[in-house]
Amino acid sequence: MALSGLDIYKLLPKTNCKECGFPTCLAFAMKLSQKGAELSACPYVSDEAKAALEAASSPPIRLITIGTGENKIVVGNEVVLFRHEKTFYHEPGLVVRVADSWEPEKIAEVVSQVDGYVVERVGMKLTLNGIAVENVSGDAARFVQAVQLVKQKTALPLVLMSANAAAMDAALQIVGPDKPLVYAATPENWQAYADLAKKYACPLAITDSGDLSRLGSLAEAVIKAGVADLVLDPGTRNLADSLASLTQLRRLALKKNLRLLGFPILAFAGGDDSTLEEQSILATELIAKYAGIVVLGRFDPTGIYPLLTFRQNIYTDPQKPIQVSPGMYKFGEPGEQSPLLITTNFSLTYFTVAGEVEGSGVPSWLVIADSEGMSVLTAWAAGKFDAEKIAKSVKSAGMDDKLGHRKLVIPGYVATLSGEVEEELPGWQILVGPREAVDIPSYLKTVWKAA
Amino acid sequence: MPVTVELPKEKWNGKVREITLGATPAQGGTRTSTVTVGGETTLPFLHFEGSIPHRPALAVEMQDVPPQDWSTTLLEAWDTAASDPVSWAKKAVELGADALAVKLRGTHPERQNRSAAEAAETVKAILGAVGVPLIVYGPEVAEKDNEVLVAVAEAAAGERLALGNCEDKNYRTIVAGALAHGHLVVAKTPIDVNLAKQLNILISDMGLPLDRVLMDPTTGALGYGIEYTYSVMERLRLAALMGDSMTQQPMICTVGEESWRQKESKVKDGVPSLWGDFAGRGPLWEMATAMALLQSGADILVLRHPKTIKTMRETIDKLMSS
Repeated sequence: MALSGLDIYKLLPKTNCKECGFPTCLAFAMKLSQKGAELSACPYVSDEAKAALEAASSPPIRLITIGTGENKIVVGNEVVLFRHEKTFYHEPGLVVRVADSWEPEKIAEVVSQVDGYVVERVGMKLTLNGIAVENVSGDAARFVQAVQLVKQKTALPLVLMSANAAAMDAALQIVGPDKPLVYAATPENWQAYADLAKKYACPLAITDSGDLSRLGSLAEAVIKAGVADLVLDPGTRNLADSLASLTQLRRLALKKNLRLLGFPILAFAGGDDSTLEEQSILATELIAKYAGIVVLGRFDPTGIYPLLTFRQNIYTDPQKPIQVSPGMYKFGEPGEQSPLLITTNFSLTYFTVAGEVEGSGVPSWLVIADSEGMSVLTAWAAGKFDAEKIAKSVKSAGMDDKLGHRKLVIPGYVATLSGEVEEELPGWQILVGPREAVDIPSYLKTVWKAA
Repeated sequence: MPVTVELPKEKWNGKVREITLGATPAQGGTRTSTVTVGGETTLPFLHFEGSIPHRPALAVEMQDVPPQDWSTTLLEAWDTAASDPVSWAKKAVELGADALAVKLRGTHPERQNRSAAEAAETVKAILGAVGVPLIVYGPEVAEKDNEVLVAVAEAAAGERLALGNCEDKNYRTIVAGALAHGHLVVAKTPIDVNLAKQLNILISDMGLPLDRVLMDPTTGALGYGIEYTYSVMERLRLAALMGDSMTQQPMICTVGEESWRQKESKVKDGVPSLWGDFAGRGPLWEMATAMALLQSGADILVLRHPKTIKTMRETIDKLMSS
């Protein structure tokens, strides 16, 4: 938790000696709180104050890296409970579980599909993030074979799941350099697992299917044994209990500054016996409410696409809304006589308009102007959606040979621009569309037809 | 050394208003069941911290005329039931609807342009066929909305229908109809905390008690602005729990309408193969939208697909058991 300038001031010598380069200790404290100065500039600061300030400046939820290279999963460092307060920073890793008890062909098939899964939304490529290999067989040799097979098929990060320390050690001998997540230390086996995590320098998950005090005790033991990079599995598996435990862990880290439990959370969204619907519902909750790693019990493209979309939505920075790429968008199979509409590239504006145009069933062309991510009215007021911009966007969309007409529908909120746009686009007829997107279908079916 | 972790609990001063839809014969209506929502004194499903006296309710969306623009996935699921409002209503109740959201699309001037009197007859017929409460929407054309909803309000006097939508530019006539005939209203605003508060104030200034106002913050579907709805709902709910009276209305979300409007739910061919199976995609899109909005405070989900109704009922069972 960041300290305020006054909190910092209380820790300083309060002698106003000016040796730090600031006129008073208070001014120095204020600058420190804004990260505009370094504490080392004060020659007289006490060790106690140093420790307090260092603790306050380290993140309340530790940043953890699983895997290496460009595919690595990086989670933690979250600072808020609600995304509108700032933003959620690190998207949870979505990991698909395979069992070493499966036939090798089945393991290879699932891993290849997970590895190759990519869908595109608003110009971003959405992918899955890793494979969890579970030692269901209990057999070390079989586990090692499965891990080897997975490693051949993908460069995605791994979660190694085994209750058998010997099996874990054997697997880590192969993939330890790839920094998999070791799952998991329990109150019974933690010493051996802490040793493995240290030996291979891998992050370690800890779990206790009891309460958070016991999880805290386990964290303390493992940290004292020298493991710094932890991931927490509170052991809750159903919707209501997971929501409660994940909310409590987030609050403990952020509001109570409890360093022992200030780590990303791993959670399971269903096992072998869950339906696709159950898995989707639980994973949706876990993405919204604080998971750092979500382990999916099954892979099914139909279920993956909504989850990747939801994760992208929730982790969008509320202060920097997604912008849609400017250009020409088609709805249905528009032809020469199809309507041509224009709006701005604020994502919500685009989605609202696109949804209505799509829903109208009238094949249409839609030009998206670069309004720097502003909605129609805001962009108009800011001069980012004026006659010149509209004309330029239409010209650069290259509609000349695609259209048999020269009619452009502009948003009703900028009706006042229609004359200017006609001047900018000689030979074009400018039609004023509805103010609200919801009226677009009716506009296209009646006014456009008659025009 | 054992660690003792004290579980953090917030102390909220506020409470969401309790609102009851529908009236039994003893209460002046004819409903055999009513729906009460709201009353929460904590964030969604945090049972360790406060009271959640009522489960979120499921309203099933239906129309007075067969839908023209619905996804084939939906049309196949409802099949012949959707050809007639009474059979549709009965089927929806069989599938577990706590309430029905009746859209009087047939009154739209560009559709069948049915009269207000015909619309009122349809609502009476549905009331006669099923015992659950109704939420009734006009054609969403301001003037016709007023005409239709006032006629419905009068014909169904005392039933505690919810009449929608009241919007900032068009609420007076609908509120007056609700006031005169013992109904509720749905106050809809475009994804904005202050506009939502303002409309609640305007409606309450007309004399309609706030325990008869549902708030629709406007739903953005998954992939189509859900993050805006999600955050506005969280902000509204936090404000309600912190004691801001004008944000304490239970929230209703038109999940079905928005998620089934999108390409993912409607378009079968010519989309990436990794979008998966078409028949399963639409319901999952609706379920994910519903689940996200339950987490941000939805009290009533308006749904379309039978599978979603079933899954969300089971989901709410699980979220309410603790």
